[in-house]
Amino acid sequence: MRPLTEEETNTFFEKLSKYIGENIKLLIDRQDGSYCFRLHKDRVYYMSEEQLKIGSSAAGESLLSIGSCFGKFTKSGKFHLHVTALDYLAPYAKHKVWLKPSAEQQFLYGHHIMKSGLGRLTEDTEQYQGVIVYNMNDLPLGFGVAAKSTQACRNCDPMTIVVFHQADTGQYIRDEDTLT
Amino acid sequence: MGRKREVLDDDKPKKGPGRKTKKQPAPSFKGLLGDDSPKKLSHKQKQRQKKREEKQAQKALVGAKRKATAVSNSRPSKKPKLLFDSDGDEDENLRSSDSEEEQMQDEYSEDDVLSDSEDKVVEQQNTEKSKKNEKATSSTITQKTKKQGKGGAKNKQAEVAASDSEDDDVKESDSDNDDDDDEDEDDSDEEMNVEKASQKMLKKHKQDEILAQEELMLNIRSQEKCVLPSGQEIEREAELPPDMAILDNRISHIRFVLGEFSKRREEGRSRKEYLDQLIRDLCARFNYNEFLMERLLELFPREIMDFIEANEYPRPVTIRTNTLKTRRRDLGPMLIDRGVNVEPMARWSGVGLTVFDTKVPLGATPEYLAGHYMLQGGASFLPVMALAPQERERVLDMCAAPGGKSSYIAALMKNTGLLWSNDANRERCKAIVSNLHRLGVINSLVTNYDGRAMKKVFHSFDRVLLDAPCSGTGVISKDEAVKINKDEKDILRCSHLQKELLLSAIDCCNANSKTGGYIVYSTCSIMVEENEWVVDYAIKKRNVKLVPCGLDFGKQGFVNFQQHRFHPSLHLARRFYPHTHNLDGFFVAKLYKFSNKIPGEENTKDKAEENGEDVAKSEDSETKGNNAAKVDIHQTKKQESEKKTPSIVKKKPLNKDTATNTPSNPKKKEKKKSIPDTNHIQSGKIGDGKMKKAGFLKKKGFKNKKKGKK
Repeated sequence: MRPLTEEETNTFFEKLSKYIGENIKLLIDRQDGSYCFRLHKDRVYYMSEEQLKIGSSAAGESLLSIGSCFGKFTKSGKFHLHVTALDYLAPYAKHKVWLKPSAEQQFLYGHHIMKSGLGRLTEDTEQYQGVIVYNMNDLPLGFGVAAKSTQACRNCDPMTIVVFHQADTGQYIRDEDTLT
Repeated sequence: MGRKREVLDDDKPKKGPGRKTKKQPAPSFKGLLGDDSPKKLSHKQKQRQKKREEKQAQKALVGAKRKATAVSNSRPSKKPKLLFDSDGDEDENLRSSDSEEEQMQDEYSEDDVLSDSEDKVVEQQNTEKSKKNEKATSSTITQKTKKQGKGGAKNKQAEVAASDSEDDDVKESDSDNDDDDDEDEDDSDEEMNVEKASQKMLKKHKQDEILAQEELMLNIRSQEKCVLPSGQEIEREAELPPDMAILDNRISHIRFVLGEFSKRREEGRSRKEYLDQLIRDLCARFNYNEFLMERLLELFPREIMDFIEANEYPRPVTIRTNTLKTRRRDLGPMLIDRGVNVEPMARWSGVGLTVFDTKVPLGATPEYLAGHYMLQGGASFLPVMALAPQERERVLDMCAAPGGKSSYIAALMKNTGLLWSNDANRERCKAIVSNLHRLGVINSLVTNYDGRAMKKVFHSFDRVLLDAPCSGTGVISKDEAVKINKDEKDILRCSHLQKELLLSAIDCCNANSKTGGYIVYSTCSIMVEENEWVVDYAIKKRNVKLVPCGLDFGKQGFVNFQQHRFHPSLHLARRFYPHTHNLDGFFVAKLYKFSNKIPGEENTKDKAEENGEDVAKSEDSETKGNNAAKVDIHQTKKQESEKKTPSIVKKKPLNKDTATNTPSNPKKKEKKKSIPDTNHIQSGKIGDGKMKKAGFLKKKGFKNKKKGKK
């Protein structure tokens, strides 16, 4: 377990800011104690100070998870957000997409979102902007990347993809093994 | 007689709407009512016909009923009251039926007077008499006839009214009367048929009864005859496939005999023989192995059948609301909308819901995936409730997979403090990680250690939950294999491991903790060897005492069992059984550690006691030299713990991290002055309890905001 290097921090925060913008500040400067990001086995974990202190007594090989996992660095140095970060992304989300009940299940099985399944969409969403996906009851289902801007969405075919799928809560069941 | 149209008028063109626009009568289908008489029936006639048919059916039923009551005289008796069988609301019906009969008789006779055919009167009266009897036998019939009586009365009134009107009407009423007579005639004919049929059925029924009696006697005799099979018979039986009826019979007989052995036993047979046979039979009947059955019989000498039968059926499916994300009163309606029939579980749980039936897979609803609830057996709530973790404590769940109890602990701690979930099985650890993340637990730490080595990793927990691996004899309904594949060795192996784990769990707990110092030991086994014996061993080996679990139901633990004599405080432990609580078989004991000293290791432990007060010190001393004193840890684990030293060294560059601002609790700072690698802490801002609280409220605010949108 070690802190992130400068480069890693940049990559990581860049990725994160696509979804929550400047709200990253709120994750780091917290009133209720100090929290930090740590890298462990290529994965980035977000944890409190006490967890860090006590967790460091566990040997690297045996430590499987500490705090919440945000995602992992690929071998090529890119950062992938995991669905486990959703709890932190959803409250601070800048751009949101709401799904119709019919499309909910499709998304939870890992499919992209078609125009036909789109319930609502935040105004002024740009293309390739990170968006958090909710169902109509405001239950966060996952996140993805807008394939089209809000304007372009207005007049496109119902079968065109509007949001690219990145992560959904169905992965807790589908990819249980790869989450750690 | 009104004016008649003149024939000549035919020539004139008709006025008004044409023939085709006239309203046509509804189409009628012949033979639809089952009546093939050429004459078209009037509405009332049809109704009467219908009633008649119903009455016939009733009569047939009554006939059968009469036979069932087995009244010997088929001849209609004069006193209907005697025939009235005690089906229910007798008196009232009796009275009403009497009065109605009288009324009806009057009506009928009047009808008869009105009718022209005299000779039929006698017959009619006869039928009435028989009717009367039948009416008496059943109140339903009376009601039926009452209706008809009313119909008759109506008829009569109509006739009276019609008598001074036109001729056509009179004729009509006459024909009506004729019809009535015909019906009555039919009635009597059918009644004869019915009577014949009823007599036939009566005979048949008598025969049946005789046969049933014989069979009963046969059964009784066979039960009386039920003797213990001799050695040869046992051998012969073992070869044949088991006959369930015989086994059931013999099981109940032996249990009956054992109920009062000295009186009911067969001469020359010992109790042992009976018991052996009972065990053999139960094993054959329910597919257990003899060892397990013997043990179960020791545990439940009386309730064995209840227990075994409870094991044949699954326990109700229960889910636990994740209070970190939702509330039970929000979750319930949400699930009901999805087509899941749920209800709050039991009085003792504020977060459990019982699922009765569901249209959707419970483990794949969006709510489940969003972590609003966890599928969890009711019994696994209990150890966590006994543990009663407080906010801002350090809690260890030693055998955590798949994370159900762990997440409950985190929910009770409201995501504060630290929850260390450990499991020895690496594959199952993945489930813990997945579940804890899904349920939004952020204060967790998941590791994969052997529980017995945990005290070397970290040993200053406020509370420790040990849900030990066990033989699973309490959850036979979940896993049938337990019935067959457990023997003495397995139980003792489990017991041994549990003792080691419990000692390790006690060592992990810090007796000097301000709020805690508690250890909860639980298993899903009901064997005494895995429960009371283990706890008793721990009481002897460590400075712990039993305290009440805080669960107000469940059976007390055994203090004496067979040859065992346990510590008298073991009655504070709690046992749960499938047949009494409708939960999985479970054992929960709560221990309080009052001293960090280990009895018998005083001189070596002196150092350790000092260390026990100071987390960091003990961490250090553990890595330095204390290892040598403790022998029971595996060699490999030693190596692992030695690896820790470099990991601490590694930690030093932490402070360079841009993302960390690390204020610390001043209280704790005082306590842990000697931590070697805390410069990043000291450099941090001040964050006291108040601020923490404010922040916590703020965090809550986020959640509220989220909900507010809904």
